[in-house]
Amino acid sequence: MKFPEDLKYTKDHEWGKAKGNRLIAGITDYAQDELGDIVYIEFNEKGSTIKQGAVFGTVESVKAVSELYAPASGTIVEINESVVDAPEIINKDPYGDGWMIVIEMNDPAELDKLMDSEEYRSYVEKEAK
Amino acid sequence: MSIRDNLTSSIELLEPVIYSMSGQGKNKAILPMPFPKTSLGDIEGPLINDDPPDLPDISEVESVRHYTRLSRLNYAIDQGMYPLGSCTMKYNPKISEKIATKLSNIHPGDTDAMQPILQLLENLASHLKEICAMDACTLWPAAGAHGELTGMMVIKKAVLERGEHRPEVLIPDTAHGTNPASCTIAGFRAVKVPSGEKGYLEASTLSKYINENVAALMITNPNTLGIFEQEIGKISELLHKNGSYLYMDGANMNAIMGIARPGEMGVDCMHLNLHKTFASPHGGGGPGSGPVLVKHELEPYLPVPWIVRNNEGRLRLVRNAPKSIGSIHSGLGNLSVLMKALCYIISLGQEGIREAAETSVLIASYMKKSLEDCYYLPYNTPTLHEFVLTDRYQKEKGITTLDIAKALMDFGFHPPTIYFPLVVTGAMMIEPTETEPLTEVDRFIDAMKKIDELSKKDPGQFSGMPASTPVSRVDEVWAARNLILSWKTRESNTEESPSK
Repeated sequence: MKFPEDLKYTKDHEWGKAKGNRLIAGITDYAQDELGDIVYIEFNEKGSTIKQGAVFGTVESVKAVSELYAPASGTIVEINESVVDAPEIINKDPYGDGWMIVIEMNDPAELDKLMDSEEYRSYVEKEAK
Repeated sequence: MSIRDNLTSSIELLEPVIYSMSGQGKNKAILPMPFPKTSLGDIEGPLINDDPPDLPDISEVESVRHYTRLSRLNYAIDQGMYPLGSCTMKYNPKISEKIATKLSNIHPGDTDAMQPILQLLENLASHLKEICAMDACTLWPAAGAHGELTGMMVIKKAVLERGEHRPEVLIPDTAHGTNPASCTIAGFRAVKVPSGEKGYLEASTLSKYINENVAALMITNPNTLGIFEQEIGKISELLHKNGSYLYMDGANMNAIMGIARPGEMGVDCMHLNLHKTFASPHGGGGPGSGPVLVKHELEPYLPVPWIVRNNEGRLRLVRNAPKSIGSIHSGLGNLSVLMKALCYIISLGQEGIREAAETSVLIASYMKKSLEDCYYLPYNTPTLHEFVLTDRYQKEKGITTLDIAKALMDFGFHPPTIYFPLVVTGAMMIEPTETEPLTEVDRFIDAMKKIDELSKKDPGQFSGMPASTPVSRVDEVWAARNLILSWKTRESNTEESPSK
């Protein structure tokens, strides 16, 4: 299980990587492993605004349907069309090619509320019961 | 293709779609004309379809064999245990079937002939009210989720009548999966409330979510972990103090009927699943029935028609009820399911109803105790009619819940519900029901133990399971990513699933 150090993590197993005011977001290695093979994914529209913790999309695996929660507030400026066409990319490379959206953040300070790599690792270990 | 490709122990596998067997003139049976063409009267022009309906033209023997072969591909409760947690697949007594079938020839427009039917329905409603300690009942919802929706619409109407705006409904994470959908369709916003570490909702958690926006809490009791919501008394007090209603998903009443009554727990509105708790055949989208029961306060909003007794003691259907949410089903709901449930209640009687609940808990507890050494039990809290195990121990060898479910088929069982509830990782939700003989229960325990043993000794074998079923391991991922929704597309689809 991977927990890259340069990312921020939500309790709902999304990750975010800040580049200036922009945040790339996706789901964690743990999340994709728990979901199993992802078969369908949909996102809110490009250009729509979103609040931290609000639903930005839905992911469906053979096991379950889960909602995706935004790590930060802002505007969705990009969505990864290639994972919509081939959701298996998320299973293969959740932190790389499996990225989901880019958010133009309203307030990058919001990221302080999220967990860092170490905190998330111990959070996952506790949750995996 | 070698000749072996067409060899199978089960000829059913080669069974084609019935339309592809069709050939003009194959059906030699003389079909009666339902009515003479001249009786069409004023109906003319484009309203009359000159083309015959697109039905397959095949002989009687082909048609009988076709459906018999298909039925042999199925697995049914009349064949063996069906421990599908939360679905309550109990055996359906044949006497209920026999009696309900006899009532099916009455035309609903024949008001005299319908009198005894209305009396039976009134009788059923009074039994259900007694079992649940509720004041009023509607029998028309056609399924559990339909009952949930009806109940939520009733609550919505009641809140509106009070002149209030309460957009939220709270739902614990151990509720049935349909609950959030039902309250969303009724126009509420579903808010998830986490259950505690003990596997039930704690009043102290709930209090953090209660505010003036909350119309109701929708709780499943016993919940999907098979655990009784032991703080239900405090929970109902909290809600009522806030002017919110307590809705109970009664799909698991099987475990408490004749023992505990929702009305006495402070429940304001609830539904029952007659097809589960009161044993009428269901599954595969088959007919269900989800009566809704309410306290007096919510009675005016129940759907029409209402069964009302007039001064002469005659029952009639009243549709004029100004505050009612309106009609939610044509006719009288799924009447045959209602009749089967009534047969079941009468044949068991008060003592029998209680005994059924006690036995369901006893069998599930026996099974849980027998399996807890081999399979991880995520919650220590005592459970009722169903319980949840996980694949934690087997996962060490790479064997998952899905593998265990598939292997169970080779032992001649329908698998339990898997990967639900979502609060448990790798859940297997097992509900044996009270109708299983001890021999069958032991056979299941034995199968589960053997599967655990196999996971340690020969985990490689699981990828080929099930091996004894007509179709072996299907590629679920491929199927979900490549939706083929009609036989016509299937016939023309040349892209094959990559073999595993």
